[in-house]
Amino acid sequence: MTYEEILTKYEPVVGLETHVELGTRTKMFCGCKTDFGAEPNTQTCPVCLALPGALPVMNRAAIAATIQIGLALNCDIAEWCRMARKNYFYPDMPKNFQTSQYDEPLCVEGYVDVVVDGKEYRIGIERVHIEEDTGKTLHVGGATGRIHGATESLVDYNRAGIPLVEIVTKPVPGLGSLAPEIAKAYVAELRDIVRALGVSDVRMEQGSMRCDVNTSLNLPGEEWGTRTETKNVNSLRSVERAVRSEIIRQAAILDDGGKIFQETRHFQETTGDTRSGRSKETATDYRYFPEPDLVPIAPAPEWVAELKAALPEKPSVKRARLREDWGISEVDMQSVANAGAVELIEETIAAGSSAAGARKWWMGELARRANELDVDLAAVGATPAQVAALQKLVDAGKLNDKLARQVLEGVVAGEGDPAEVMASRGLEVVNDTGALTKAVDEAIAANPEIAAKIRDGKVAAAGALVGAVMKTTRGQADAKAVRDLLLERLGVS
Amino acid sequence: MTDLTRLSAASLAAKIASKEVSAVEVTTAHLDRIAAVDPRVHAFLHVDREGALDAARKVDAGEITGPLAGVPIAVKDVVTTKGVPTTAASKILEGWKPPYDATIVERLKKAGMPILGKTNMDEFAMGSSTEYSAYGATNNPWDLGRIPGGSGGGSAAALAAYEAPLAIGTDTGGSIRQPGAVTGTVGAKPTYGGTSRYGLIAFSSSLDTPGPCGRTVEDTALLHSVMAGYDPRDSTSINQPVPDVIKAAQLGKNGDLSGVKLGVVKEFAGDGSEPGVLSAFKDSLEALVKLGAEIVEVSCPNFQYALPAYYLIAPSEASSNLARFDGVRYGLREGDNGSHSLEEVMSLTREGGFGPEVKRRIIIGTYALSSGYYDAYYGQAQKVRTLITRDFQSAFEQVDVLVSPTTPFVAFPFGSRTSDPYQMYLADLFTIPTNLYGGPAISVPCGLSEGLPVGFQIMAPTMADDRMYRVAAALESAVGSFTPPEL
Repeated sequence: MTYEEILTKYEPVVGLETHVELGTRTKMFCGCKTDFGAEPNTQTCPVCLALPGALPVMNRAAIAATIQIGLALNCDIAEWCRMARKNYFYPDMPKNFQTSQYDEPLCVEGYVDVVVDGKEYRIGIERVHIEEDTGKTLHVGGATGRIHGATESLVDYNRAGIPLVEIVTKPVPGLGSLAPEIAKAYVAELRDIVRALGVSDVRMEQGSMRCDVNTSLNLPGEEWGTRTETKNVNSLRSVERAVRSEIIRQAAILDDGGKIFQETRHFQETTGDTRSGRSKETATDYRYFPEPDLVPIAPAPEWVAELKAALPEKPSVKRARLREDWGISEVDMQSVANAGAVELIEETIAAGSSAAGARKWWMGELARRANELDVDLAAVGATPAQVAALQKLVDAGKLNDKLARQVLEGVVAGEGDPAEVMASRGLEVVNDTGALTKAVDEAIAANPEIAAKIRDGKVAAAGALVGAVMKTTRGQADAKAVRDLLLERLGVS
Repeated sequence: MTDLTRLSAASLAAKIASKEVSAVEVTTAHLDRIAAVDPRVHAFLHVDREGALDAARKVDAGEITGPLAGVPIAVKDVVTTKGVPTTAASKILEGWKPPYDATIVERLKKAGMPILGKTNMDEFAMGSSTEYSAYGATNNPWDLGRIPGGSGGGSAAALAAYEAPLAIGTDTGGSIRQPGAVTGTVGAKPTYGGTSRYGLIAFSSSLDTPGPCGRTVEDTALLHSVMAGYDPRDSTSINQPVPDVIKAAQLGKNGDLSGVKLGVVKEFAGDGSEPGVLSAFKDSLEALVKLGAEIVEVSCPNFQYALPAYYLIAPSEASSNLARFDGVRYGLREGDNGSHSLEEVMSLTREGGFGPEVKRRIIIGTYALSSGYYDAYYGQAQKVRTLITRDFQSAFEQVDVLVSPTTPFVAFPFGSRTSDPYQMYLADLFTIPTNLYGGPAISVPCGLSEGLPVGFQIMAPTMADDRMYRVAAALESAVGSFTPPEL
């Protein structure tokens, strides 16, 4: 069955759980720093190492950020709620329980609207809660970096205790074949919303935003099917691919008369499919109970109102404004948004590019390149400043379109800023009229018959000679200038 | 020359302040006493001679002054002391030296109190006899064949054996008061949140309360004042001024209790208490009436459910609190020889590192929190806790304090209650309700039964710790103190 055929037979239900690592200066329950990439175990203390006797103290900034995320997702904010302990043994979790929230989340009942193919879909938000991150385990000595064959396991607790916000959608039925795109659009929208709040850098490639995707299939009119939970979905593209591959995989099983097992699966970046993780047969009983070391969270209504008043412009409102500024259609704007390019284009314009130029590079050459490399646009290898510099070189006539593409290729390959790539690759529009005149004269001399036609008034034939000149100058000439010079030399203009 | 170890903390502090004796002399006297008698008492798991003398020298150099400057103290081994072994009397923490001081230890140090060492206890404070210490029991100085109470038997025995004039204890279900009662010493459990838990190795977070232990009510109040008070590192710490317990103790010492209403809990009357305990309790009530107090019988109908509720809440929290002892970061690690998986190493470490009572409570707690059982056990126990709190609140509308024997029986012989956990748990029958409520309570010696000390418990409303000190000091002045036989 093709994907389209599957979706005429089955209806998918999709749900997403997204973890956002907050960008607070200090950890959730202690004063340790949260800088990314510090030396292992240098950002730790008795609290986040869970030394005997140490106690947690809540980070107010993390609560504020969670409330703001809740408000931005149209949630109700709890007047009173508690943290809970989620008990399970894991070596990179110092306390062997995660301080999280269970049946009393801080934010509930919200929604996010996303537009795909010109149609709006409402994704219900079930809950937004605050919890802490774990450390990271590194298995060394083996060939694969995995636990099998490793001689030692090392744990870095720098990440342990960094505040995490978990955003859980309601199960979303009725999306049909667009389910993968809508799931991706939701995550992109969520990312834009959180980024606009300035509470996280929401970089999926660095793990500061992580997604678990729940997928199930059912026949029309029947109950929802058994869902699987796909983890390790670490880019916008992967969200879409994970949903699609799970739909295809489950449909094949169901069509064979098989059963879907409730299990955790892992998305494989390389193959684009999902693989079974540990089966949930030995389902962990987390033994949740209210965290006795912390007092309940009871945000004062005035504080919540203050946080609400301080919310920034909504990404959807912002997009409407930018659409006006950039002078593009709603459909074009939506594809910009779904490609995760709004901020990139905005920053490129802020760095001095024209709107049209910025959009052209990001949605054209760079989007194509990101697709080839199978990465998010933001991770393609070019920065807004570099794209703006490129466009400025084009505007100044130093690069033509073709050369600019080559320069961009160099930028993406890590060869430096556009000016550096231009210099090192020797790519510049030839403006030296002496050299150009020589090339034109040579072309005329080499093609006397064509030259004659042009002199006779068949100006359309000039194209062939322009092409010849461009060839000898290796594309570095400005085609219009070549044409003007050619006509002038032949006495036609 | 006076035996410095026989003096109260208050008089030692006065002598040190007036330079009549030096802090080093006082500390040395106690260290020598420990060397002489602790092989028989076994109150200490670790003695920090050099650390204690260093602290004493600072006081003698005039670097620190204060109401207890230079007065040495023993600290229960469940409280972290920087660089000094802290094991909670468990094999799983053998040799662990904390890199940080508990808040209360910081306060002792700031007050210039030399820390003599760490005292023995039931492993992770789970027990009523110190028989569950992984390092051997402590012997009661009144009769070396009997238990010193628990979990804080080491701290109480150190006081009774004159090895220390003051000690730190922790009270989750009676671990300060019951040892105080059976060793003829004073032990106070402050209001929950009145003393910081930061650095106290958690047994049951919602119940654990560090508190002062002394030989006199006044000494205990002095230590209470030094160690109590708000700590921003403990979220459950109360940000209010510490009740003036010193003034209250002095007031009580005058022996006037006119207008004070004492509530006798109807449900505790005769409930499994030994006759000798009951008669000492009744004699004490009469003594208090003579001082002007009024006795009122009050009913606390839900106290009968306190013991079962406690034995669900405390083990539930313990099962989670003790999860961190897995051999990954500190303490014992077993099976790490290349032939076991990480999970197996964790499991072998816990199997080998925890003693029988700790394992029993981890299993009970794990079960009580399991899905499908949570509502029936942990959830139900929390409801009982609320009802017990209401019993206290309505009782305190009628009376100023509640009184009872501290524990139903005097110090029992070793081994007499270890075969049946329930018989051991009964030791805390009268002390547990206070922990569930969160209020303060104190045990003060009130008489002897068959030559062994009996404790009198006074329970007060939350943040009214001063009330119990007043009554305790009055009772002490009426009945006098009780001295154990020479060791």
